Amino acid sequence: MTVQPPAGPPPPEPSTQPVPHEREFAHRLLADMLRIRRMEEKSAELYGAGRIRGFLHLYIGEEAVAVGALHALQPQDNLVATYREHAHALVRGMPMRVIMAEMYGRFEGCARGRGGSMHLFDRATRLFGGNAIVGAGLPIATGLALAERMQGTTRVSACFFGEGAMAEGAFHESMNLAALWQLPVLFCCENNLYAMGTALDRSESQTDLCAKARAYRMHAVSVDGMDVVATHEATREALASVRAGKGPAFIEFRTYRFRAHSMFDPELYRSKAEVEAWKQCGPIHTYTARLKRQALLDEEEFLALDAQVMAEVDAAVAFAEAGSLEPLDDMLAGVHTPTGAQP
Amino acid sequence: MSRMSYREAVREGLREAMLADPRVFLMGEDVGRYGGTYAVSKGLLEEFGPDRVRDTPLSELAFVGAGIGAALGGLRPVVEVMTVNFSLLALDPIVNGAALYHHMSGGQFSVPLVIRMATGAGRQLAAQHSHSFEGWYAHIPGLTILAPATVRDARHMLAPALADPDPVLIFEHAALYNTQAEAADTTGPVDIRSARRMRDGGDVALITYGGSLHKTLAAADRLAALGIGTAVLDLRVLRPLDTAAIVALAQQCRRVVVVDEGWRSGSLAAEIIARIVECAFYELDAPPVRVCSEEVPVPYAQHLEEAVLPQPDRIVAAALALLGSKG
Repeated sequence: MTVQPPAGPPPPEPSTQPVPHEREFAHRLLADMLRIRRMEEKSAELYGAGRIRGFLHLYIGEEAVAVGALHALQPQDNLVATYREHAHALVRGMPMRVIMAEMYGRFEGCARGRGGSMHLFDRATRLFGGNAIVGAGLPIATGLALAERMQGTTRVSACFFGEGAMAEGAFHESMNLAALWQLPVLFCCENNLYAMGTALDRSESQTDLCAKARAYRMHAVSVDGMDVVATHEATREALASVRAGKGPAFIEFRTYRFRAHSMFDPELYRSKAEVEAWKQCGPIHTYTARLKRQALLDEEEFLALDAQVMAEVDAAVAFAEAGSLEPLDDMLAGVHTPTGAQP
Repeated sequence: MSRMSYREAVREGLREAMLADPRVFLMGEDVGRYGGTYAVSKGLLEEFGPDRVRDTPLSELAFVGAGIGAALGGLRPVVEVMTVNFSLLALDPIVNGAALYHHMSGGQFSVPLVIRMATGAGRQLAAQHSHSFEGWYAHIPGLTILAPATVRDARHMLAPALADPDPVLIFEHAALYNTQAEAADTTGPVDIRSARRMRDGGDVALITYGGSLHKTLAAADRLAALGIGTAVLDLRVLRPLDTAAIVALAQQCRRVVVVDEGWRSGSLAAEIIARIVECAFYELDAPPVRVCSEEVPVPYAQHLEEAVLPQPDRIVAAALALLGSKG
């Protein structure tokens, strides 16, 4: 007997509000969403071909969250992400070829091939991982914010996590600590409705996620995560509050992943119709349509942009293919910091 | 002559570290107003203020994880976990976090974090406050594990631990806080890489660490009174083990007793004996033996607790049995 999965919440109506962005900025947001999409479509293909192994968690469908939110951060801000973090690394400025090389397990990857898809780290852009333990990033972001506070900087520590993490003790302990100490943390919940295969209402007694944040006396807002205009605006406002010293803030981005949880997921927990319905409000084509309506973009420009992105993807793959392997002789060297190095 | 307790020594070490480096701060449950569960940090709040002697909620997972974040963010946190049993609530940030960051980031990040905690039995605190898990932690690549057994080490191991760019865990056996030494004997500095010979002798080697050191020294005194040349090695550092010192002593005495308050199965003592057997098998006169805790949770009743733990009697008996097997 086949059990039909229950229907999840319906997708939002795509926004028809005018896009408030300048042309150049709008193109940058669109380009970043396309870069994520094309990079990951290629990654899935390469996974099928056996070039990328291990776990591969795709962000396809959720692009408006990372792009809108991260474009609101300052370059000096800290970022802690999850195992579904290719997008975050890319938007913050890690070169696509370095991400691809890491997924290939190459020495030219950001972590010399030690980390792979789930552990992208970048000192230059202050990306503190790529954490594959659900919820484990929250205490770390809280501690980063404590360090910034104690050193008198204005940096905010942004922490991304899925709604599944909100069932973890780490979530509640960190929310309490950050609020108690009024630390500059921006908690960004990417609510894609399913923690692997477990729907939100099957894992949480309280499905109003902002209520949990407000219980810790934290500024909390819920926003359409399929709309890059909305994600950007909500993040800007929350950041202003955090930077003004009003303590940590929480944003729920209501989004949806179009692909399986990982490459091993047969997707028994949701219907094809549900996925199709969410694809109708996909972040890239809805934003593209709005830009075209406002004459901020024409089809020729879109095609040129896409071609440019595809060229970047091809170059990244070529770079990873040509990459080298870390010598086995160095294997033990990566565990401790070399003598004399300053952390 | 002025004397200093182990407790005062740990406090003095913390004071010296905070005076020397403004990035150093102490964080944990009741370290501030209460003065520390074991009164280690008494007076530090008044001296350094609530930012640097920071009371936390009962959230081991979050404040140990926050210690990682603070270390990544440029500070030098000393996180106090009340006891090793409670540290299991923070196993994830220690084992899946701090120990892995340098490796997982391909060398881009280091976590200069120090975590201190009380360990061990002997005060009738029963099964959830008395265990010795330092041997577990010594299993984990990426961590350095220290077990100061002397007042001198209690005071001076913190400085090199803080200077280490990677995470260091310091296990303070709770029965040691009231032990004392002449202040003149507590001068530093010390290293955090080598074991130390506390007694020298040629007939039998006793190898131990932490809360078992004083019991082992007492056993050594009794063996010496019987005319048996007894060497005692204080491991001090449980990871990385000072294999050279261990093997050299085994080669010198040819008979070895390892004393370890951890449970016997899968114990640190097992690892030490494995290394001796691997490196010095043909130089031994008898199979090495272990004196460990009996394999039950530590009981409350005094007579049971005493019987469970390694005691001088058992150490002496083990050594004499080894000498009897001389053949």
